[in-house]
Amino acid sequence: MDELQELEKIRQDGLAALSHVADEAALEAWRVAHLGRNAPVMQVFSRLGQAPKELRPKIGQVANQVKQELEAAFQERATALKQAALQRALTAERLDVTLPGRRPARGRLHPATQNLRRILSILGEMGFQVYTSREVELDEYNFQLLNIPPHHPAREMQDTFYVESPQTDGSYSVVLRTHTSPGQIRAMREFSATNPDNPPPIRVALPGMCFRYEQITARSEVQFNQVEGLVVGRHITFSDLKGTLSDFVRRMFGQNTRTRFRSDYFPFTEPSAEMDVECFVCGGKGCAVCKKSGWLEILGCGMVHPTVLQNGGYDPRKYSGFAFGMGPERQIMLRHKINDIRYFWGNDLRFLEQF
Amino acid sequence: MKVPVSWLKDFVDLSGLSVVELAHKLTMAGMEVEEIRFVGLPLPDSDDHGFKVSGLSWDADKIVVAQIDEVFPHPNADRLVLCRLNDGLQEHTVLTGAPNLFEYKGIGPLPRPLKVAYAREGARIYDGHQPGQVLTTLKRAKIRGVDSYSMVCSEKELGISDEHEGIILLDEDAPTGMPLVEYMGDAVLELKINPNMARNTSVLGVAREVAALTGRALKKPEFTLETTGEPIEGRVSIQITNPELNPRFTLALIREVRLGESPYWVQRRLRLAGMRPINNVVDATNYTMLEIGEPLHAFDYDVLVNRAGGGEVVILTRTARPGEKLTTLDGVERTLTETNVLVCDATGPLSLAGVMGGQESEVSDHTVNVLLEAATWNFINIRRTVMQHGLPSEASYRFSRGVHPALAIDGLRRCLYWMARWSGGKVAPGIVDAYPLPPVDPCVEITAQDVERSLGISISLEEIQQMLERLEFRCERRGETLQVQTPPIRMDIGEGVVGVADLMEEIARLYGFERIPETRLADSLPPQRGNPSLEGEEHVRDVLVSLGLQEVITHRMTAPEIEARLLPAGTPAPSVEYVRLVNPISPEKRVLRRSLLASVLNVLERNARMAESLSLFEVGAVFEPSGEALPREPRRLAIAMTGRREESSWDAPEGRLMDFYDLKGVIEALMEALHIRVAFAPEEHPSFHPGKCATVLCGEQKLGVFGELHPLVRENYEVDTPVLAAEIDLEALLSLLPLLGHEVRPVSEFPPVLEDIAVVVDEAVPAARVEELIWQGGGKLLAGVRLFDVFRGEQLGAGKKSLAYSLTYQAPDRTLTDRDAAQIRTRIIRRLEQELGAKLRS
Repeated sequence: MDELQELEKIRQDGLAALSHVADEAALEAWRVAHLGRNAPVMQVFSRLGQAPKELRPKIGQVANQVKQELEAAFQERATALKQAALQRALTAERLDVTLPGRRPARGRLHPATQNLRRILSILGEMGFQVYTSREVELDEYNFQLLNIPPHHPAREMQDTFYVESPQTDGSYSVVLRTHTSPGQIRAMREFSATNPDNPPPIRVALPGMCFRYEQITARSEVQFNQVEGLVVGRHITFSDLKGTLSDFVRRMFGQNTRTRFRSDYFPFTEPSAEMDVECFVCGGKGCAVCKKSGWLEILGCGMVHPTVLQNGGYDPRKYSGFAFGMGPERQIMLRHKINDIRYFWGNDLRFLEQF
Repeated sequence: MKVPVSWLKDFVDLSGLSVVELAHKLTMAGMEVEEIRFVGLPLPDSDDHGFKVSGLSWDADKIVVAQIDEVFPHPNADRLVLCRLNDGLQEHTVLTGAPNLFEYKGIGPLPRPLKVAYAREGARIYDGHQPGQVLTTLKRAKIRGVDSYSMVCSEKELGISDEHEGIILLDEDAPTGMPLVEYMGDAVLELKINPNMARNTSVLGVAREVAALTGRALKKPEFTLETTGEPIEGRVSIQITNPELNPRFTLALIREVRLGESPYWVQRRLRLAGMRPINNVVDATNYTMLEIGEPLHAFDYDVLVNRAGGGEVVILTRTARPGEKLTTLDGVERTLTETNVLVCDATGPLSLAGVMGGQESEVSDHTVNVLLEAATWNFINIRRTVMQHGLPSEASYRFSRGVHPALAIDGLRRCLYWMARWSGGKVAPGIVDAYPLPPVDPCVEITAQDVERSLGISISLEEIQQMLERLEFRCERRGETLQVQTPPIRMDIGEGVVGVADLMEEIARLYGFERIPETRLADSLPPQRGNPSLEGEEHVRDVLVSLGLQEVITHRMTAPEIEARLLPAGTPAPSVEYVRLVNPISPEKRVLRRSLLASVLNVLERNARMAESLSLFEVGAVFEPSGEALPREPRRLAIAMTGRREESSWDAPEGRLMDFYDLKGVIEALMEALHIRVAFAPEEHPSFHPGKCATVLCGEQKLGVFGELHPLVRENYEVDTPVLAAEIDLEALLSLLPLLGHEVRPVSEFPPVLEDIAVVVDEAVPAARVEELIWQGGGKLLAGVRLFDVFRGEQLGAGKKSLAYSLTYQAPDRTLTDRDAAQIRTRIIRRLEQELGAKLRS
């Protein structure tokens, strides 16, 4: 048989066989059969020496063409098969993307810690360093040095837990602190001791747990966090207090937050004020959270009482200062419309996990 | 304190000022209005006024003053009467069951018509027959065959008080036909009086504030008296034993009082202010107290004369003798102590000074002559007595905040003025006044610079003077200084620098807090110290949260038996000292916690039913008695875990239960994050499983203990799965935090050689010891050791275990050869053989 005719048949057989190849395995079998070492086209090459000399170039050339054509067809087929296989696989692997994902266990800070941190970080950027002090305090630090002598009417405002301790003058001398203010005295004394004749200025934030003798109800708790701020220096004014606190609440509740200062009374500040912020729930229009008033009581503040400065080692004729205090839990309750304060120390995960 | 707005108008013109505007001014100036109760006056139209409001407004067209000209019996009902009533427009027949009209029934036309509050058809009033305040609209009806379309009202129906025994009988001069709201429409301000506002526990005091805040004139009360008869001098004398407790005591006499009801407007004001009208004499003392702020007490003079045997009445004030008894006018016999102050006569105690009168000498129906007391008492002593006897009263409310002694005379004169008017009594000339201890009313010097330095506002001395004078301070200008004399009405202004600060508050209040500008701090910054201890604590929280743990915060207060749950039931209670509360709110909160773990386990237990998996921690103080006044407050870290390692999901079954190594992994990760190198050693602790408990060591220092709760301890908690728990000494932990950072090794660029070895050792050999020896044997070229299998089996022999490690060899400067690796390996194996008799497992 004419080798050229043979090559044409090889070509046609090969392509015909390839058109029936439907998977990777068949393709590989086809490759071995049609392009492998013993494939017909390869045998044409190996028989080339036996062909008439003048026909050899022509046969060689055609054989090469056939081989290349089969190879190209093979490649094309291989790509098509791969594409088809991929298509099948992709179709088969389609997921219900609405099924729940696998979540790594996520830890959370207690909401009180979260808000404490937020407050302290804003105050920190405003130059207030954190000063921490003890939770069980001397009556002297919690009351007397803060201008609240025994039987002062202000003590009624703060129902106090007393700790069993040796009594002096028929009353107990150790209390659970009712506010973080004793830290004011401790901070002032610590700072003024470093240079009693010319004490350094103070700008501290005093966070911590405080205690009030109350029944535990939706509205009252025996313990709560407080953050106070204390600024003492040579030129501190009430207008500084207003500016600093307004800056603070704009950071805390939004740049458009409006504030309002009302005269109020605290034994350790004079003048004293209550700062209200425009209700951030209703924008001041009046809602259930602000009890229709449009304002929320957020913190108490005032100029440090001269007696308190004196007790801290700062001469009130040379130094002045302001102080303020707020309740982190109360802010959370307002912000999230929580109406039961017991959630905080109840530690029900169904509550904690929402923060 | 409840202040009727109508009463304020006696002393200050409020025209052009709405009730809400008035409340706003008072609130901003430090007298917070907690509620406004409208009693007739129209309620505000919109909601945005910022106050809690309640009450009823009276429709001017439908509720008017009317007069009853005659009262007839009802044809079909004994308990009802018919009134011929004129409402200024026409006559009506009105039906009522009011018992206070029965006495006029059937006596013909009344010579002096009765003035009443008359409600026409359609009026909105409260239903008198329902408890509380239920709004209703007056409708036409037939009652016992008589057509009824209007009514005469009780105080309850108009929202004045709860009184529904009879209808209101207005004063005779009430103009028939006038809308009732115009005649006596009112609003009551409920004011919060702070301790520094003691001077404002009266209508006059509040009026003075309003006048000062609005720049209006204060109309001073009338004090002029007509006196007749014998003077009081010589009939009564006063002896004060302790002027510190009783700085002033004054007495006046009024004769021939005719006891009876006070005018209706007085009764109405008393009720609106929260007091009960009694009779015209007692009402005069209460009315004056509410009006002026000076509590007064009325004695039956004849009882005292009788006790004195007809001679001079000697009033003595002294402290009680221990065990002395007095029956107060509430009928309770009280046993007194020597801190209580008594007003006595020669025979014995008459009243508990400043708190409550005694029964014997009180004004009764037979009283004719009244001895009137106005005195001043030590406010601290009064507070103690009030608390001791549980006897709060309107008088002690004022005395316990401090009443200026100068007020005694004003109070006495004003009370005599009212008493004479209402009871027809004749005031005897003179006042007996014992005043052994007048207070010093401070005089304070201030300058405009003081104001600028404190408030940050620059205002002239003239302006400052004007403001202070509005509050009755007397000011005298001396150059650039103002001498400010405190008026004898207040005791809250201090001396010297304190006085200056006190005046700053008054200036700020009158100037208006809202007008003070906002400035940023310009003062120099303090030395920067930070708070490394808190930073460390917060870092620990962050690491634990990053490891998937939930932070909890628990009560500091607990009970020893709650903490004893950490021990197997029946274990003798350890003799641990607690910080104990004198006044706990409940037995289970009577001490401060010594264990943080006990608190966290309580939380674990409470949540266990709801969660497949719980990993909790708390960072906080525990409280240890120190022998000193104040306890130690070391901070601890407690961790508690239970349940599944992984939560089950829609394609995964329930995971394995967490065990000892899950908690240990948390602790290892924490220590690694803190860069503190720790070791673990077996530990015996009564709370923990004896074989699953370890101590965390840094060198010799114990940082804490952890493990699986002892099965008998777990029985104390309602938790079904093994509980892993740890309590770590946070103070010790934080003291180990490297100050300047930990060592960081360079990362090699050369390829590592990886190799696995398995060694067989005795069961008792701790894995940590094997790893330690591998590191020792491996030397510098050993870069990593990882235990990947622990195997026990027959082929190893009893009491043996196989530990398989994956080792990484690496040099910083070259590629290791096979020979290098073989050398390291040989050294490691030799070390393990020598120290532990370990065998290489092939």
